[in-house]
Formats: sequence, structure tokens, C-alpha cells
Amino acid sequence: MPKERIRVDEVWGFEGRKKLKIPLFTARISAGFPSPADDFIDKTLDLNEFLITHPSATFFVRVEGTSMIDAHIHPGDILIVDRAIEPASGSVVIAIIDGEFTVKRFQRKGRKSYLLPENPEFAPIEIRENMTVEIWGVVTYVIHKV
Amino acid sequence: METCFALVDCNNFYASCERIFNPKLAGRPVVVLSNNDGCVIARSEEAKAIGIRMGQPVFECQRLILTHGVHVYSSNYSLYGDISRRVMDVLRLSCPDVEVYSIDEAFLNLAGIPRNPEDYCREIRDRVKKWVGVPVSIGIGPTKTLAKAGARIAKKSAAAEGVFDTTGRTGDILPSIDVEDVWGIGRRYARMLRSRGVLTAFDLSRVNDEWARKHLTVTGLRTVLELRGTSCIPLDEAEAPARSIVCSRSFGRRVYHLDELHEAAAAYTARAAEKLRTKKSAASFIEVMLIEFPFNEGFPATHIASMDIPTATSYTPELMGYAKALLSRIYRKGPAYRKVGIMLAGIVPRGRIQSNLFHESREGPKELGLMEALDRINARFGRGTLRFAAAGFERPWWVRQARKSPLFTTSWSDLPRVR
Repeated sequence: MPKERIRVDEVWGFEGRKKLKIPLFTARISAGFPSPADDFIDKTLDLNEFLITHPSATFFVRVEGTSMIDAHIHPGDILIVDRAIEPASGSVVIAIIDGEFTVKRFQRKGRKSYLLPENPEFAPIEIRENMTVEIWGVVTYVIHKV
Repeated sequence: METCFALVDCNNFYASCERIFNPKLAGRPVVVLSNNDGCVIARSEEAKAIGIRMGQPVFECQRLILTHGVHVYSSNYSLYGDISRRVMDVLRLSCPDVEVYSIDEAFLNLAGIPRNPEDYCREIRDRVKKWVGVPVSIGIGPTKTLAKAGARIAKKSAAAEGVFDTTGRTGDILPSIDVEDVWGIGRRYARMLRSRGVLTAFDLSRVNDEWARKHLTVTGLRTVLELRGTSCIPLDEAEAPARSIVCSRSFGRRVYHLDELHEAAAAYTARAAEKLRTKKSAASFIEVMLIEFPFNEGFPATHIASMDIPTATSYTPELMGYAKALLSRIYRKGPAYRKVGIMLAGIVPRGRIQSNLFHESREGPKELGLMEALDRINARFGRGTLRFAAAGFERPWWVRQARKSPLFTTSWSDLPRVR
């Protein structure tokens, strides 16, 4: 984010100068060609913009353990978690079970709800009424070093 | 047009921040300590219920902490700052007109929003809780003073469920609010008002205008009018320019030597100068405070030295030079020192620096460029990446923060862990 802000400042700096103001203006009305300044902005891609829809509701967490290995979530990976999204059946979620954070796939089947691991060595968890389970956020991306 | 304000107040903010990433703390008593792990500065509801007081020194409530298994944290301002920014961002998505009032409070201008204010505020409250994880209370009213009073009721009354609209209900609520709890009435005024029989917000709303102006000044009169429902304190959209910048902290232990004090003063000067530059300003006054460790219960001896700066500056080496000279002037060998502080004042925008005939400014384009590069590197790679040798490297005087939680949201190595 800070890097992005520096870039925008620079563009404003250019616009303040008279020399550039004029070509910018003519470029816009002539045929809708992108101005040189727009071109400059387009040269960098911002991963934040691509990966994060709700910045104020987005948190990063670090994975430990292998319970989601078949969903391509490995120990040491970073997960992008968006708390603004409603979990749907099939979402990968961060849940709190007995005061511990866990990453699992949330599934509804009829009247029952489950938190499913994606590793045959781990058992599925059925969410029963007497359990205190909270869905903390929905996982949107996995950052994995290859 | 009718005015309508809301005050959004985060509940037990610091304690709530600690809970976001630590689910085990749900329903448990939590306290957060001041900078030096000295006093309690935030308490969860559970901690309030067992009798821990605000501002209480930790050693005094040690027994309560042990017997009730209270979770104790050092203050983690990086975390609280990040969570505060997120809360304010969510508010800005809900309302175009937001005034951030403090780290955990903001006023919203709801006039012109075509919704029932209470329903709207309930949505905002749910959204902040879901998106960021912080519980808030919201007060609504035709004036900021009444919105503030409403937020108090929203927090304390279970029936309000977090949102309370004072509109049309002031006759019921004002008599139950003590006069010292009215926004803008300081403790000093409260004592005077009480001695004259003005005991509640209701009493205050009924005083004569002339009397209010005479005894409470114009500011107090505005409070009286606001209690009656006439809005006189508008939403300040622009942040008021800082009139002074203070950087001071207690040491984690007793400090005796001038060298260590110089290092601390230099570090705080660097920090204050950096703040100054982010506001594109310069300071024309500097003050150094040096506070001794108190003997027994006595007041700690405080030594102060200050000077006018010949030409206002934000150039760190120049400010450090002044701080060093001032500190040397007040330091005595012998006593143990507890705290050193730097205050920069007389702050002017950089464009309005008065030049001084007898003093050549040391802040030329070259110096400004150097400071800019320094600030940019520190912003990019973390505070303290580049620093002045005068500020030292060991920092033995740095604050004690034995129970600080990780930097969950601002450091890659501290991310919350999930299994």
C-alpha cells in the first residue's frame, strides 16, 4: 500500500506542472487515447488490489500442521482471510473450536454442519448444538512458496 | 435541516483488540498495562466485575490477578493502531462524514442519510463486529454532546443492546447522568457546579444562558445548548493541527548515567522530528524534561530546560544538538532518573518559517533531502532501520514490556497461527 501511495503522489506532481497539463488534456479529448500518465500508472500491478477485496476486514494467518494438505494448504503457508464474506457451504474457513484457531472446509448437509479436514488421516468434525464453534473468517487465497 | 450525530465507541478497546487473535480470552478477565507495565489502562467487562480499577498499579491488584486467573498484557500500540484504523475504515464505508475523535471513538454525521438512525447504527455495529472483531457501543442524538451521552447508556444498559438514540428521550435520561459525566465538563467545573446545586445533566441543561457564559465560558454555554438539543459543535472534518509534539516514556529501570539519558533523549528527539516532518512542519521551541525516581511517596523531582530555536527546523541533527545541550544543563550526578521527555512546540508549516537575520538556517534543500531519504527508508523497512548513532544501539533504557502480545497484523513473523 505505501508503495502505491508514493506512485500516485508522483503523478500528481507531474500534473501540477504546466508543461504536462496540456498534452494530458489534448490526449483525453483527441480520441480517448490513454494519457502518458495513465500509462505510467498501468506499469505496475498491485497484488493487494488483486487479492484483497475488503482491506479493513482482511487478515493474514500462518498455517501449522497438515490437516488441509489435499486442499493445497501446507504447513508454513500464509492464508488470506476475509471476515466480510459470509461462509457458504464449501468455503474454506478459519473456525474457533474450544478456543483454538483451525482451518477447515465448512460443509452443510441437510440440517447438519461439518468442518471437514482435507487429509484422510484427520477425522471430520460435526458441529453439534452443545459445541462452541465460531466461524472467524473465510479463506480467499493461499500464499505458498514453491 | 435537522442535525443527527452518532458517537461510535469501541468497548474496552485494548482488551478487545487482544481478544481478536486470542480466542481463549473469550469470557475471561483481561487487563492491559501502561507503557511500563505499571498500571492497568484497560479492562474487559469480566476484569471490571472482579473489582480491578482503572489506573490501578499492578502490584496493588496482584492478588485479584492470581486468584481470578486474569490475563495480563503489556500495551501493544502497533496492534491497537492497526485495529483502530480498520474500525475507522469500516465506519467511513458506512457514512461519508466521519470525525475520528480518539483511537477508539468516532463521530458520524447521520443528517441526510435516508434511514432510521437506530436501525442504521445497529447495522454499523454488526458490521464492525463481524469485519474487524471489535464490539462497539453507539449513541445517537441531535447534538454531539447528546450522542456522547447516548453512547454511555448504550454501553451500560443491557436493554439498549449496544445502540441508544437519545432523540425525544432527554427528559428521561438527563436526570440520571451526573454532571461530571457530561462531555466537555471537566472535573474542576463539576466541583463548582455541584457546589451550586447543579448535580445532573438535566440541571445543567436548565441553567440560565448568561450564568453559563459567565461561569463556564463560551465553551460551557455550548455544552448547555447542546444538552437542550441545539447543535453548536460541528463535525471537524479536518484534523486540528498539532500544537505540540511530545515524546516521552518511563525507563524500564533506574537510570543514573548521563550517557544513557543522552541516548534516550536523542531517540525521542528523532521520533518527534520524524512526526514533525510527516506534517511538513518545523518547530521553533524545544523542551527537555528529566524526572527523578520518587523517594517514598513524595512527588518526583522534575527538571525542565527549554529554549527558543533561532530558525524553526525539523532537521534531526540540529534538534538533537539542542536536546543534548538542554539535558546537560539539568542533569546532576547522583539521583536515579525515571523518565526523560522531549517536547517540540511553536509548530509552523514549513512554508511559513521566519528566517532569522542572525542565524543561518541549517535546514537547506540538502538537509531536507537527507531527512526525506531517512524517513522513506524507515517507512519502508521498519522504524529504526536507519538511525542516529547518538540514539544508541543497545537501548538498555527501553520500556519494560514483559507481556506484550505478538504483532498479529503488522509483522510477517507474528501472524496468528492456525492448525
